[in-house]
Amino acid sequence: MSLFDRIRTNVIEGRKVAEDEGYTEGLVGQPAVSELVLRVLEGEEPEIKEMIDSLSSGMEEVGRRFEQGEYFIPDMLASAEAVGEAMDLLEPHLKGANVVSKGVFIMATVAGDLHDIGKNIVAIMLKGAGFKVVDLGSDVAASIICEAVKREEASFVGLSALLTTTMQEMGGVIRDLEEAGLRKKVKVLVGGAPLSSGFADQIGADAYCEDAFEAVRYTEEFRR
Amino acid sequence: MREGIIVNPTSRLLDEQIQQIDLASLAILQNIGIECFNEEAAGIFAQAGANVTAGEGHYQIKIPPQIVREAIEAAQSVVRLGARDKANQLILDAEIQRVYFVSGSETNNYLEVDFATYISEDGGRKRRLPEFSARPGTTHDLADAAHLAENLDNLDSFIRTVNIQDKEITTENKDVNKFFICLDNTTKHVMGGLTSLSQLDNVLEMAEIIAGGKEALRKNPLISFITCVVKSPLQLVDDTTQNLIEMVRRRMPVVISSSPQGGSTAPITEAGMVAQINAEILTGITLAQLVRPQAPVLYGSVPNRARLSDLYDSYGAPEFSQYNVDCVQMARFYKIPCYSTAGVADTKVPGIQATMEKIISYLYVASSGPQYLHYAFGLLERTATFSPLQAVIDDECINLVKHLLKTPKEPDIPEALDQIRDVMSSKMRLFTRYIRKHRRQERLYPGYPFESRGMEDKTLELASQRLDQLLARPRRRIGEPEREKIFKEIDGILPWLKEEI
Repeated sequence: MSLFDRIRTNVIEGRKVAEDEGYTEGLVGQPAVSELVLRVLEGEEPEIKEMIDSLSSGMEEVGRRFEQGEYFIPDMLASAEAVGEAMDLLEPHLKGANVVSKGVFIMATVAGDLHDIGKNIVAIMLKGAGFKVVDLGSDVAASIICEAVKREEASFVGLSALLTTTMQEMGGVIRDLEEAGLRKKVKVLVGGAPLSSGFADQIGADAYCEDAFEAVRYTEEFRR
Repeated sequence: MREGIIVNPTSRLLDEQIQQIDLASLAILQNIGIECFNEEAAGIFAQAGANVTAGEGHYQIKIPPQIVREAIEAAQSVVRLGARDKANQLILDAEIQRVYFVSGSETNNYLEVDFATYISEDGGRKRRLPEFSARPGTTHDLADAAHLAENLDNLDSFIRTVNIQDKEITTENKDVNKFFICLDNTTKHVMGGLTSLSQLDNVLEMAEIIAGGKEALRKNPLISFITCVVKSPLQLVDDTTQNLIEMVRRRMPVVISSSPQGGSTAPITEAGMVAQINAEILTGITLAQLVRPQAPVLYGSVPNRARLSDLYDSYGAPEFSQYNVDCVQMARFYKIPCYSTAGVADTKVPGIQATMEKIISYLYVASSGPQYLHYAFGLLERTATFSPLQAVIDDECINLVKHLLKTPKEPDIPEALDQIRDVMSSKMRLFTRYIRKHRRQERLYPGYPFESRGMEDKTLELASQRLDQLLARPRRRIGEPEREKIFKEIDGILPWLKEEI
């Protein structure tokens, strides 16, 4: 099996590093995505595009298994995390290989809210899908989000909130983006337990994401 | 052997209450006695030292406690039930609370479902809704029910759920056809009652052909019998008592079942109900052990409660489950494997009421640790109707209950601490990747398979699709040489059953 096939297999297995268990038993100790990617990069002329193809192909297979009910969210996340790790390792090499980024996604839980699990899951999935994710963390003020959009030349903003009291902050972020003249440059996606599509419309967001898959789906759609 | 589910049994009765009920049951048998309508049984009890007096058309039998105690002592605490596929064999050990979920009973109505599309008056909304229709069950329906049973993961043993009412079925040929259809469509253990004693040997001969001979059937009893010897209150019925005697003589495993109704044929109070049903079951167990010591018997408790509006049985009432848990504890006290009851809905159709009534009794009765929990699949309208669609939903409810009742795993504290440490030192603070190992070990309930993402409950529609998939699977028939032999040597099997139905 070639190194690229092994990378693809380990993406499907959801193995980031050698200590990881996979979907299949008995893989602990064998090189996983990180080790295999580093091996490719150590070569004289690393084949970056082929490596990205094997990562994408692995994720496509994971998606197919998820659709068929064989894989669940933890499997999907493990694979996305492995791809995310690979993308971090590859980042310095992308420009040289003429690989164009899918775009920068600014991610934050809004001011006053410390809940970050949903945001983290979406960040892993987007990274696994090949986007550059800049995660600003939780309890993030609107001004910091606006600065990041400007600095990173971002195309997408993802806002998360778990509380009915903090979800109102999302409207404030969108207003600040408008005032800073950035609103037309970015698509704003919102999500979180108390939200609805009605609320997203009301505050002027571009999409309400019921779960992480919708976040990836909308982002891919907006990219086109 | 099938795995079932081993539970840490919950108790309802305290130890001293169990002893009080035991003594009350013995006092009933010694002082009030049993009315016996079977002459041979009366003779057996008299010979054992019971006080038997002849009345008008029956015998009054008063049984001294010592006779009952000796019978309980003689009864086996482990009963093995065989199966066509040996992986489906069951071991019922009174001292291990391994619960097997089983179908039953012989219902008259077979419930079919069709889905029709309704459009709102303004024409804007469409809904697919179930329409149910009940009709008398047939041989074809029983074949489908047995085939479905073969394919329901959580169904451990099959008791026929359909009363075959084809016009060609008679009292004389019913048993042999019923057992043949069951055995020809499932490789799981088949248990059933007998309509005519004249058919007992015919049915056994057929089972011997399938098992590979008389001795092979004894080692792998792929069929067993149910006898409702008692008509409550406290009457031994002539024909079923004779059935019991003859089945025991032929060394077959037998359930000794009683089904009094609290409030009409037994006291409504818990103590009164349990003391009476316990006395009734102990009478049957005693008779079986007097016929042949160490006869394999199950303590068959099917107590229910009177419905206040019409005095029909009520299986959805909480008292039904309470009575049953008490009986499970009594069987455990006697170290006799328990055939108990759960999962019957009072309502006529699948839906919220049926699920609520069923899941309450599955959970409570199963948690007490009966070895053989019957009536658990597809029963509606008390025990009058069988719905295959409901059986598919029930299988999933039982799956959920089995997950709930799993005994805790030995705690692996170092592993838990490693996980917490690793996650706390990571950026994302997520434990999701550790779910996978746990899921692989089948410790996690994967999720309700009939859930809808939209604003409507699609359980019935999705379960109906699942039913179609299960019924479309290939049937695991009796081998061709055995089938040939059965049709050549066993009388009464309807010719069309030779063809695959």
